[in-house]
Amino acid sequence: MKKINFILNGEKRQIYVEASDILLEVLRQKMGLTSPKCGCDNGDCGACTIILNGKSVRSCLIFAIEIDGMEILTVEGLSKNGMTPLQESLLTHNSFQCGYCAPGMILSATELLKVNPKPSVEEIKECIAGNLCRCTGYQPIIDAITDLTK
Amino acid sequence: MPIAHDFDYIKPATMEQTIELLNQENKRISILAGGTDLCNMLKNGFRVPDLMIDIKALHELNVIKDNNTDIFIGALVTFSELINSDIVKEKLYILWEAAHKVASQGVRNRATMIGNICSAVACMDSAATLLVHNASVHVKSVNGERKIPVNEWFVDNKKTACLNNELVTGVTLEIPQKKYASAYEKQMRYAGEDLSQSNVGILVQEDKTYRIAFGAVGPTPKRSLKIEHFLQGKELTDSIIAEARQMIETVIAPITDVRSSKEYRMQMTKVMFERGLRTAIERLNNLI
Repeated sequence: MKKINFILNGEKRQIYVEASDILLEVLRQKMGLTSPKCGCDNGDCGACTIILNGKSVRSCLIFAIEIDGMEILTVEGLSKNGMTPLQESLLTHNSFQCGYCAPGMILSATELLKVNPKPSVEEIKECIAGNLCRCTGYQPIIDAITDLTK
Repeated sequence: MPIAHDFDYIKPATMEQTIELLNQENKRISILAGGTDLCNMLKNGFRVPDLMIDIKALHELNVIKDNNTDIFIGALVTFSELINSDIVKEKLYILWEAAHKVASQGVRNRATMIGNICSAVACMDSAATLLVHNASVHVKSVNGERKIPVNEWFVDNKKTACLNNELVTGVTLEIPQKKYASAYEKQMRYAGEDLSQSNVGILVQEDKTYRIAFGAVGPTPKRSLKIEHFLQGKELTDSIIAEARQMIETVIAPITDVRSSKEYRMQMTKVMFERGLRTAIERLNNLI
């Protein structure tokens, strides 16, 4: 067991982890954050997306022990003070059905909008290409993000 | 899925410490950089290390350095960093193109090109670039440093020339001193993220020398000297291209797997070879 320190959604946290612990499982089972989901568990589906030091990453492909000293943002932290304009827009467009892909979609799009506030439809598609959704056919999600860029 | 076995984890602060740690014959050691391949290998039990060495504290490996005649890319540079690099966009356009086609943003933010060539899966996206830029792979161990030409690096599917006690520190890509242009073509089942069904890398120079590399159509990615020699010095007319296309049947050995049949791979490789060649020529003509 090794002690790691990190910032989770703006709060300093400290926990003990084994070298073999996967970050996604630590977040869900030890930290009680259930917005990152386990979909494919091998980095293809994007349901486990979190923001690590400002960048969207797959938490199912990261060892918890690696994140010592880093900063993590999940949807719980993103909407701490209410929903972001992106989340409002997704709600308005009824963008999700089952919602399993939603946290990953929201974080991928948040990363995009931060560096590129007016992305083209192509850029939006590229940004969420690694977030698989089996309900919506993607259009209402793309519409919701496009709406924000007007 | 949890990893079924325990192992030790060390994040050394210096290169010396890292290569000392690697020099333990009685231990199975895995090196961790981006971890996007390694993590899956551990989950699936394909690798069962005693020790995992995290090299992310070796900041000297997180560098893209332009030495005019060549460019060094360190072992910690991620695909996202390649995409955002002006040096790569300007001088290694084929790599800039290929980096965009690696998986998805969330993977590219972690995955490194060196990890890609260390995993050495035959369908990797980095190999075509390295082959057409005559790259050499830098490795370091307690016995010193060596540079391995990339055409000797890939030994077999998932096998490289790297020894157990060696750390890959980066690659050097040669920059042609004549005017040149390049192109990368990748065939996938769907846009967004998938491994290659087949990929082709092309580099053309103003003196009509051509470098051509094929990936995912044999156990290792390869240059085709046969086609290069055939094209050498020739103006690329439709009939020359058609003849070169036909030669592909004798230089690649695709197999059938879950991603596509060997017949489809063969056909698409021909199509992408022509497309890539024409794109690279057009880019070269725009330069001159």
